[in-house]
Amino acid sequence: MARQATRRSPRRSATVVAPSEATPKRRASVSLVRRLSGKGGLRGYFKGHFQALFLSLGRVSRHPLSSLMTIAVIGIALALPAGLHVVLKNVQGVSAGWEDAVQISLFLNQDVDAAEARRLVEQLSAMSTIEAVVHVTPQQALEEFRQYSGFGEALDVLDENPLPNVLLVRPTRAASEPLMVEPLLHELRSLPLVEMAQLDMEWLKRLYAIMAIGERGVFVLAALLALAVLLIVGNTIRLAIQNRRDEIEVQKLIGATDAFIQRPFLYSGLWHGVFGAVMAWLLVTLSLWLLHGPVQQLSLLYNSTFSLDSLEPVAVLVVIGAGGLLGLLGAWLAVGRHLRDIEPT
Amino acid sequence: MIHFENVGKRYAEGGEALSGVNLQLGAGKMAFLTGHSGAGKSTLLKLICLIERASYGQVIINGKNFSRLGRRHIPYVRRDIGIIFQNHKLLNDRTVFDNVALPLVIAGQPHRDIQRRVRASLDKVGLLDKERSLPSSLSGGEQQRVGIARAVVNKPPLLVADEPTGNLDPALSAEIMTLFAEFNQVGVTVLIASHDIDLIARMGKRVLVLEKGRLLEGDNEVLQ
Repeated sequence: MARQATRRSPRRSATVVAPSEATPKRRASVSLVRRLSGKGGLRGYFKGHFQALFLSLGRVSRHPLSSLMTIAVIGIALALPAGLHVVLKNVQGVSAGWEDAVQISLFLNQDVDAAEARRLVEQLSAMSTIEAVVHVTPQQALEEFRQYSGFGEALDVLDENPLPNVLLVRPTRAASEPLMVEPLLHELRSLPLVEMAQLDMEWLKRLYAIMAIGERGVFVLAALLALAVLLIVGNTIRLAIQNRRDEIEVQKLIGATDAFIQRPFLYSGLWHGVFGAVMAWLLVTLSLWLLHGPVQQLSLLYNSTFSLDSLEPVAVLVVIGAGGLLGLLGAWLAVGRHLRDIEPT
Repeated sequence: MIHFENVGKRYAEGGEALSGVNLQLGAGKMAFLTGHSGAGKSTLLKLICLIERASYGQVIINGKNFSRLGRRHIPYVRRDIGIIFQNHKLLNDRTVFDNVALPLVIAGQPHRDIQRRVRASLDKVGLLDKERSLPSSLSGGEQQRVGIARAVVNKPPLLVADEPTGNLDPALSAEIMTLFAEFNQVGVTVLIASHDIDLIARMGKRVLVLEKGRLLEGDNEVLQ
């Protein structure tokens, strides 16, 4: 009987076998010692997990076609939100430089002369919220207009220059934020010499609003597709359990615990999720590679050096982690539902 | 080792498979369980293996009272019972070695011990040269011996067999029974359900006869 006792798992020795004089407290400490040092102890526990990890990997690789199809479906489901994330990130990258381009045009009253305009330039340049001020005189404006508009000859008809002095005000970077630039605009508009102050920024605000919707959309889509991955893995594991019904019965008959039987199925779910995530990463990378040429061409047309960013390393880790976690969770749900139903008869 | 006290089993579909069974089988003993089909042999073995629970009465195996045993303790109790089935219940996608090793893997034994004990067990049933074969490539008698090797590999104090010779010819059947007798000689308690009355009579062990769910304690004379 002593030989038997060493074979038993620690849990059992503490609960089922109720021999003799040991107090519950002492038994618990004995069981802890055994768990850390015994044959079937901590090392055996990790060994069991290790074996199941590779057993399940072997099973996944033994049915390459069906495994690959499941992995591909998971991969596509994960690639969609990951790909949209990359697109959004690139759009944000493009538009990030645009805030610097915020500029307020001040059209001064007609009767303001050059000297008054210059004084105003000095006054504005001293403001802490303003980075630079450029004075465009009516003559300069007229020249520019003549040059670029194509109405040069029409201008010769005019007796006098109808254009006012214009000040191009560039706020500092801090004052360019959408919330900061409004009060500045207000302040400039109320200056006595200023007839009109114009800020062309509404479209930038709209773009940011659209991107906020995009971000939320990616989030909603990711949640829905995560649910899909759960169901895919759950169904795959359910089928695997049904295929191994006889084996599970035999294992139960020769003393396998539920934990032992479910371990390979849980790891199988984990593998499917992880491989699906790797597949998603490959799909996104491949799609970006296909888009690279045309995007480069478009960006050249805009005289831009912009090039597509790929999925950043942290995001790759997040995708793989999420895939593994979803696979494990899906398998856990399936195992919990279906393993208990199989009992030897 | 096996202790039944006024045990009965009713099925929901009606009918009482066992009624008022009292049975004592001491440690190190060997006995045969016989009776017509439907007399309750399988039900009695299922109660010992915890595949079924008694409707009433006490089943106490190896000092453990099954009526007070929680579900999660069942696996650990089964590890002390070597079970042999008529249809072997081997895993056909694994080698003979892996089949026999399964109880040791389940119990979390170290790798070295598994190698040694599986070989010893296969040697005992005379199949050491087949350890790399798949069960499906073996004859019926060989498959049954693999099943026996798996049942004894972790040295359980109790062996239970349900019609272990059901599909075998007389010579192979006698060989298998001799194997069981050898395990019994080294102290293992053995209970075998069989309807092969000639073979049972030749073994000269205690015989338990079931008739319509009732146990008639017998010896060899009862059979003749």
